[in-house]
Amino acid sequence: MNINLTLFGQMVTFAIFVWFCMKFVWPVILSAMEERQEKIAQGLAAADQAIQDLAVAKSSVNNQMQVAKKEAADIIDQANKRAAQIIENAKKQAVEEGDRLRQAARAEIQQDFNRAREELRGSVAELVLVGSEKVLQKSIDDSTHRELVDNLAQRL
Amino acid sequence: MAVGNPTSTTAYIQHHLQNLVYGKLPAGFDRGTDGQSLILTEDTWTIAHGAAEVSAMGFWAIHLDSMAWSIGLGLCFCLFFRVYAAKISHDAPKGLTNFIELIVEFVDRSVKDSFTGVNKIVAPLALTIFVWVFLMNLMDLIPVDLIPMIFMTAGIEYQKIVPSTDPNITMGMALGVFVLMLYYNLRIKGVGFIKELTMHPFNHWAFIPVNLFMELVGLFAKPFSLGLRLFGNMYAGEMIFILIAMMFAAGAGTGLIGGGLNAYLFGEETNGLLWLVIFTLVCFIARQNLKDKISTPRTIATVLSLLTLGGGIFALGGGLMQWGWAIFHILVITLQAFIFMVLTVVYLSMAHEEEH
Repeated sequence: MNINLTLFGQMVTFAIFVWFCMKFVWPVILSAMEERQEKIAQGLAAADQAIQDLAVAKSSVNNQMQVAKKEAADIIDQANKRAAQIIENAKKQAVEEGDRLRQAARAEIQQDFNRAREELRGSVAELVLVGSEKVLQKSIDDSTHRELVDNLAQRL
Repeated sequence: MAVGNPTSTTAYIQHHLQNLVYGKLPAGFDRGTDGQSLILTEDTWTIAHGAAEVSAMGFWAIHLDSMAWSIGLGLCFCLFFRVYAAKISHDAPKGLTNFIELIVEFVDRSVKDSFTGVNKIVAPLALTIFVWVFLMNLMDLIPVDLIPMIFMTAGIEYQKIVPSTDPNITMGMALGVFVLMLYYNLRIKGVGFIKELTMHPFNHWAFIPVNLFMELVGLFAKPFSLGLRLFGNMYAGEMIFILIAMMFAAGAGTGLIGGGLNAYLFGEETNGLLWLVIFTLVCFIARQNLKDKISTPRTIATVLSLLTLGGGIFALGGGLMQWGWAIFHILVITLQAFIFMVLTVVYLSMAHEEEH
């Protein structure tokens, strides 16, 4: 337990080692560690940012999808409506055309009928006159009885 | 053998506690041995043989072993940390770099916890103290007889390998811290420091002597508390290692850790050789076990039989006790290094505070 020169030897050694550590060890290690900490922090922040960006992108994609779906539905709806309308129009036109054709046909029939009746009327009057002439050869005055038969034919 | 012979027991302990001293023997000192006298005619710088010569050297002596181990361990710390500091990259740390960073971060946190001021020197100082003191304490875990025995075969008579069991070393560091304390006290507080010493705790001019006495005692207690606590703890631990080694190795002369030197010192050189052979064998078997080449029960059986054959059951007991104490001592050495560091930081922190 002698206190001797070793005491001062150790003090000097101590000072030198502390100086060395202060100059060449501590700052190097600490700055490297701080740089890494910063890098990690940046990395984490970037990851957070990326997650946020992803969420934003997802929601925007969703929105666009919905808009697109709505548009598609609208288009389909419109198309359906339009198709129905076209069909409706076509039906109406067909019905109108049918009506027109029917009327035309009816008018033609009427005409034919009228003509036939006229013809028949003419023929009947003649037939009756011929018949009557034959039956009543003498007694019948053509001009007086002609009016009578014509009236009769008229009533047919 | 040692146990039966109080003189050799004392000699064994004394031998262990003797530093390798290089110093100045005064003129007229009698260096003779065994009755022959060899009187020095002038002051001589030489390596001391024995305690009497050491005390004759007085202050003008230096502990070669303490200084060498302390500087060597300090260099280990500096180079190791320097090399790995250069290797630290921005990528994920790996291997030993991780370990270095763990220590640095631990020290940094401790300093930030207890040091309030701004000072670039405190953190590196704390790191140096923590690692260096830890390494010096760690030497305590090397089997007490191993290195002295190797040195003795090389012709060096004394070797104390735990620098922190040398009060010169611990007080040297404590005084270094004390110088820093005084420097920062004066630099930060200036006249305030003188005022703190004289007008505190009783703020009246009549109490200046009382204040001065109290404050100076408080001031000087700090380096002593630092240095002597470390010294006391390590010295006591070392002492217990020596006692266990001696007690248990004595009967058989050989053992796993202790006793080899004992046998070597007090005759029976075959015992020393035997110890060496058995130690090598046990190490070899343990290594094979670690490599999974021998099963654990077989390893234990082999080691036990080896120890019984070569060293006897007392040596085994001594070995086990050494291990036990060593495991406990791991806590002590770490704790002491940590306490030295924290107290240094706290004292320096107090030097930076205006009022206390």
